[in-house]
Amino acid sequence: MTLTAGQTFIIICMLTLGTVITRFLPFILFHNNKKNSSYITYLGKVLPYASIAMLVVYCLREVNFTSPANYAPEAIAIIFIVLLHHWKNNALLSIGAGTAVYMFLVQTVF
Amino acid sequence: MKKNNLKRALKAAFPHTIPVLTGFTFLGIAYGVLMSSKGYGVWWTALASFLVFAGSAQYIAITFLTSVFNPIYALLMTLMINARHLFYGISLLDKYKNTGKLKPYLIFGLCDETFSIVCSTEPPPGVNRKWFIFFITLLDHSYWVLGSILGGLLGSMISFNTQGLDFVLTALFVVIFLGQWKAQKNHKPAIIGILCSIGCLIVFGPSNFIIPSMAAILVILTVFRKNLAKEEVK
Repeated sequence: MTLTAGQTFIIICMLTLGTVITRFLPFILFHNNKKNSSYITYLGKVLPYASIAMLVVYCLREVNFTSPANYAPEAIAIIFIVLLHHWKNNALLSIGAGTAVYMFLVQTVF
Repeated sequence: MKKNNLKRALKAAFPHTIPVLTGFTFLGIAYGVLMSSKGYGVWWTALASFLVFAGSAQYIAITFLTSVFNPIYALLMTLMINARHLFYGISLLDKYKNTGKLKPYLIFGLCDETFSIVCSTEPPPGVNRKWFIFFITLLDHSYWVLGSILGGLLGSMISFNTQGLDFVLTALFVVIFLGQWKAQKNHKPAIIGILCSIGCLIVFGPSNFIIPSMAAILVILTVFRKNLAKEEVK
């Protein structure tokens, strides 16, 4: 543990608060059933795509091109996931097998 | 009589949650093992899964738990990751309308998987709808908590080389990204997300780029709203 118990608890509370806000907000805003706050509806439609894209970049933020060990395992595992997912279209299989490939690469090859 | 109704709702709900049972067991175990590899005991894992109940936010939060204490950043990141829930709520306003005292819990437990089941399923005739939705939510929530406890226990009992296990998070988001890409003809929001984040990563560096990226994404989506909204975004 890097953080103290108190700090960890606060982080967990922040996560809970953030999740509760995003889950309850539409029901609070639209409880009179005015469905047409179009800006929120629009954000609800486009933000999911943009934020998942951002999260992919976030996960890969430490990748750099100074040596193959710093990018090749990620590149190979992601190409593997894309192909496997295109072929089988099974989310858990792609996640499990992709992670296994990555672990194999960082532990034994690079 | 009432007990019978509850039983019937539970029986009707359970089969729909079987795919989630497999998925959450797997992802929950991976989460528990990962938390324990960072030094967090099984009760921390259980507490996070019980209270937060948002897989991607919890995975991302492992990086907050292993770096400098920054609660505001954790909150903003969670809001951004979970922004998709706004859309779920908007889609379910009608379905959740007459759910009475169950409503707060149904909304609290509205994760991606529960949303997709509730959206696509109607209870069989004679089964009370609000209890049917309640059991789907409760079962999914329990699978997630139990899966992560199992992972936490496994992680503390057996030691194996977990180097690279963090990649399960990357794999998860890549798979979600691919799924969204296939389901959607308008790829502009996804491309805006990638370009803004890579741009900010280059300018601000790996430890400071998320908040600028969020701001850039919001600004660009807002400025080009007319353009983007015109094209069918489903």
